[in-house]
Amino acid sequence: MAEISLIHYLMVAAILFTLGAVGIFLNRKNVITILMCIELMLLAVNINMAAFSSFHGHITGQIFAMFILTVAAAEAAIGLAILVVYFRNRGSIAVEDINMMKG
Amino acid sequence: MITPLFFYLFAIMTVLSGLMVIISRNPVHSVLFLILSFFNSAGLFVLLGAEFLAMLLVVVYVGAVAVLFLFVVMMLDINIDEMRQGFKQHLPLGLIVGLVLIVELMLVFNHDVSHANILATQVTETRSNTAMIGDVLYTEYLLNFQIAGLILLVAMIGAIALTMRHREGVKRQSISLQNSRRRDETIAVVSVESHVAPNVLKDSRAANKKLQ
Repeated sequence: MAEISLIHYLMVAAILFTLGAVGIFLNRKNVITILMCIELMLLAVNINMAAFSSFHGHITGQIFAMFILTVAAAEAAIGLAILVVYFRNRGSIAVEDINMMKG
Repeated sequence: MITPLFFYLFAIMTVLSGLMVIISRNPVHSVLFLILSFFNSAGLFVLLGAEFLAMLLVVVYVGAVAVLFLFVVMMLDINIDEMRQGFKQHLPLGLIVGLVLIVELMLVFNHDVSHANILATQVTETRSNTAMIGDVLYTEYLLNFQIAGLILLVAMIGAIALTMRHREGVKRQSISLQNSRRRDETIAVVSVESHVAPNVLKDSRAANKKLQ
């Protein structure tokens, strides 16, 4: 096994990001899984940030990873709240039923 | 060297559990695999020397976000089979998009590999990771830090305002209503005619006199 370089971490993050993107395509009916896939993609970005921060010897990457974490938590809370309200009003969270605004 | 071994362990577990998140039938299993993925990425962060971020990932993601997901998944009554419709149908498109994305990213890495290795210099830490983050976060990035707090406040208020509902027929204390009550609106003075004492009373008085 060779020494672990920046590329290794970037590859893990890239695979994780791709998994998140593919998951959105595969689970188009399930809003909860779509939200989880978004969390996976944000996690991949965080890994990238931390890897660059570590290998370039600059702490700023970790600071911004913290901000990404903050935004991800806020997004998950709001998304799930919307989901709960929608389920209470319509009794279903199927994506194809969400067409009230005809967008 | 033990570090590459741990790197491969954490990396493979992260990717595998990420895969299980998107292909498992039951949303509850998806959330549990998401938690496993977060734990293994926290391990990756520790290997990178970002200990504070790793602990933050465990506390925030596993402790709050994933549990929130778990609660919502269990609270909503979801038909799993209905949710799985179209999985096979969308599989080719998803795989094509994923393949294109991963090939593109790998091409970027191939092009950048020599450049990145030149830059690769491990951090020689004299202070701990947490202290270094604190040094920068509260000075250079103070405004961003405050805005992050504001975002969390807005998200909290938004989530509460979205999910709160006023039920009919529930007796609830309303302090503003109580404080805005006036004496004039509440008490009505009614003049009532005074009645003549009933006969029974007169008889008892007469009896008393007789006894005396």
